[in-house]
Amino acid sequence: MSDQHNKEIDKVTGVETTGHEWDGLKELNNPAPRWWVYVWIATIIWSIGYWVVYPAWPTLSHDNQGGTQGSFGWTEYKELEASQAEIVARQAQYLAKFESASYDQIANDPELNAFAVAGGNALFKNNCATCHGSGGQGAKGYPNLTDNDWLWGGQLADIEQTIRYGIRSGHDEARQSQMPAFGKDELLDKEEIDSVVDYVLSLSSDEGPDASSAGAEVFANNCASCHGEKGTGGRDFGAPNLTDAIWLYGGDRETVYETVYNARSGLMPYWEGKLDENAIRELTVYVHGLGGGEGVGAVVEEEEHAAAQEAAPTEATEAVTSDDAPATESNIDAPAEPSVEEGVEEKAVTDDTAAE
Amino acid sequence: MSTTTSDVAPRYNDDVVRLFTIATVFWGVVGFAAGVFIALQLAFPALNFEPYLNFGRLRPLHTSAVIFAFGGSALFATSYYVVQRTCQTRLFSDGLALFTFWGYQFFIVIAALGYVLGVTQGKEYAEPEWYADLWLTVVWVAYLVVFLGTVIKRKEPHIYVANWFYLAFIITVAVLHLGNNVEIPVSLTSAKSYPVVSGVQSAMIQWWYGHNAVGFFLTAGFLGMMYYFVPKQANRPVYSYRLSILHFWSLIFIYIWAGPHHLHYTALPDWAQTLGMTFSIILWMPSWGGMINGMMTLSGAWDKLRTDPVLRFMIIAVAFYGMSTFEGPMMSIKAVNSLSHYTDWTIGHVHSGALGWVGFISFGALYYLVPKLWGRDRLYSLKLVNVHLWVATIGIVLYICAMWVSGIMQGLMWKSYDSMGFLEYSFVETVVEMHIFYVIRAMGGVLYLTGALIMAYNFIKTVKGEVRRSEYPEMTAQKGTEALA
Repeated sequence: MSDQHNKEIDKVTGVETTGHEWDGLKELNNPAPRWWVYVWIATIIWSIGYWVVYPAWPTLSHDNQGGTQGSFGWTEYKELEASQAEIVARQAQYLAKFESASYDQIANDPELNAFAVAGGNALFKNNCATCHGSGGQGAKGYPNLTDNDWLWGGQLADIEQTIRYGIRSGHDEARQSQMPAFGKDELLDKEEIDSVVDYVLSLSSDEGPDASSAGAEVFANNCASCHGEKGTGGRDFGAPNLTDAIWLYGGDRETVYETVYNARSGLMPYWEGKLDENAIRELTVYVHGLGGGEGVGAVVEEEEHAAAQEAAPTEATEAVTSDDAPATESNIDAPAEPSVEEGVEEKAVTDDTAAE
Repeated sequence: MSTTTSDVAPRYNDDVVRLFTIATVFWGVVGFAAGVFIALQLAFPALNFEPYLNFGRLRPLHTSAVIFAFGGSALFATSYYVVQRTCQTRLFSDGLALFTFWGYQFFIVIAALGYVLGVTQGKEYAEPEWYADLWLTVVWVAYLVVFLGTVIKRKEPHIYVANWFYLAFIITVAVLHLGNNVEIPVSLTSAKSYPVVSGVQSAMIQWWYGHNAVGFFLTAGFLGMMYYFVPKQANRPVYSYRLSILHFWSLIFIYIWAGPHHLHYTALPDWAQTLGMTFSIILWMPSWGGMINGMMTLSGAWDKLRTDPVLRFMIIAVAFYGMSTFEGPMMSIKAVNSLSHYTDWTIGHVHSGALGWVGFISFGALYYLVPKLWGRDRLYSLKLVNVHLWVATIGIVLYICAMWVSGIMQGLMWKSYDSMGFLEYSFVETVVEMHIFYVIRAMGGVLYLTGALIMAYNFIKTVKGEVRRSEYPEMTAQKGTEALA
């Protein structure tokens, strides 16, 4: 105010200065731009409107989370419910049928099967892929779910049980077994372990096992009770088949030695109570369809199972013609996406054959 | 300044300004390098070296190094420089000013050591534990005393607009720092403390702090910088005094309420979320007031942008300021936030403000300051300033574009349900898709860091008194006369 006399006109713009000066710096006396003022007022008016229709100001009451209600009656919980309801509605059109359907019925209903696979796929990626890999291909210590090599069984009921209760999971119904730590607990000496490791490695070699070796005797006395006399595995104990050259922890000599010395006991969590019933069944169908699923409801003997592994592609066609094994056996050849159409087609073939 | 005589103490205390200027360049390079490294860690997780150099520990190291060490030192340097000149008086106390330098550097070092050793409060931008918090409080009060003391003993009748902003920054940061760090140490010999409030109240206080750290540290403080260095470099008067008053007070009053927009769709009551969002919208124009005043100060001098790369730095900074202060209110709208929240878009938004606005206005101020502080007539090379400008600008563009695309993609993938009502993507699938954008982001960071190294080189040469003669042909003609110029 005292600088009135210092006011000057800026030569470049023709605008008056305020008359103040600091270190050579001056200020022009331009007004605030009109558009700036108008937009600002508009944002204020818009906000006032927003305050009327949405919860906006604190009150002394505990209602409405301690704030005004807003004329729309909106709360974030209602919005959450609405957006969830939309998703729930999409699932609901299938769920009613799915809940009461047996695995057989699911397998024979393309729509239900697609629903189960879609749900299982989403569930698998969010819950299982961390260990088993995004395609179910497994990793060291985590079984590959796309092959025919099952530790605890590959039928729908087996898979469901494994998912529901887990393996060594602490659940009362969990699948349970413990391989002895032959070296660490001094059940076998180093020489014996060396010989049995050689024998185990020979089980899957091209030359085949040497039945007269020292390792064969050690195997028969210590391992065969779970892994079977021929080493083809035992599903009651989740004991792997040692003859198929599929290794959970690795098939090099050092790793097999380590396995015999320290034993292995992988753990899978139980999902009962964490995933709902439908989710567990969707996952079961999905995992079964990943590539290695075994016949629906059919009792597969141990030997038959081994044979099926060798001749899976042709076996599937054969199975179609037999009355015992339903058409979905063909799922073996269709990883990831159980080909509903194919199943239907082959069913049709069966009918044709029957007609002939 | 030509009136300075040799027989009295120099009129201004520039020693402390020089110290803070060196610290600004040093911490800038360190902070940008840390940023590049953690960007690479996100793209290539094998670069996480446990436990001291993992992402979790280096991320606060990066943010603190760029915000508090680089940005803070730049604010100390420029505020001490500006307040003396616009008040026509020496700093209130040389000793206390020097204490703020060493005290602040000590704070930076103990905070950074804490992060690497795993000592943290876990509060974003407020990670230092109680002992560092207490020390910073002491330093900050000393800063306030020096700055306010200088303003009070000014020889000018009025307080220049830059000083309003600097003062608002110093006072509000003190309030924020104290408010967000009410905590009780486990014991006097333990580094660990627990905040007094918990749950959603604690979250609200944290984001009241966090948002206003952006508002007052990274906005108000650097607007103070802009209000001195832009008109100086352009040699033009500030566009509008009235606008500066309006936007200063509105910015100060409105910014402080906008914090809840960081907590949309959380346990925070609806009414608080609404207030945070609407105040963010109302804040848009007050923020833009600073941009208009900065840009329009060039009216009548736009041609200078053709020849002056330093001014170009400042104007690009103001443009980025305008862009991020539009993007911010937009992202605070609940519908937008429901897509953008927790995604890389937020990271991109922060960096368009941090790299574009805070970084560039600081570089501009540094290019203005260094020759003056070391008594040189000119920078070693203006061409290198221009190279720095373009390398860094391309770096920013790569960075923010990568984060826009990645962030929006991430948000859409998270929300995507198929026709049967199942999630279409798992989290890890979104991470896989983001990889390429993380690589591009890291490349942007490398460019930005390269620019800062070019600047450091230019400064070392300038301080040594060298000039790149090929750029100044007139000087080769009249050798040795530049000292008289």
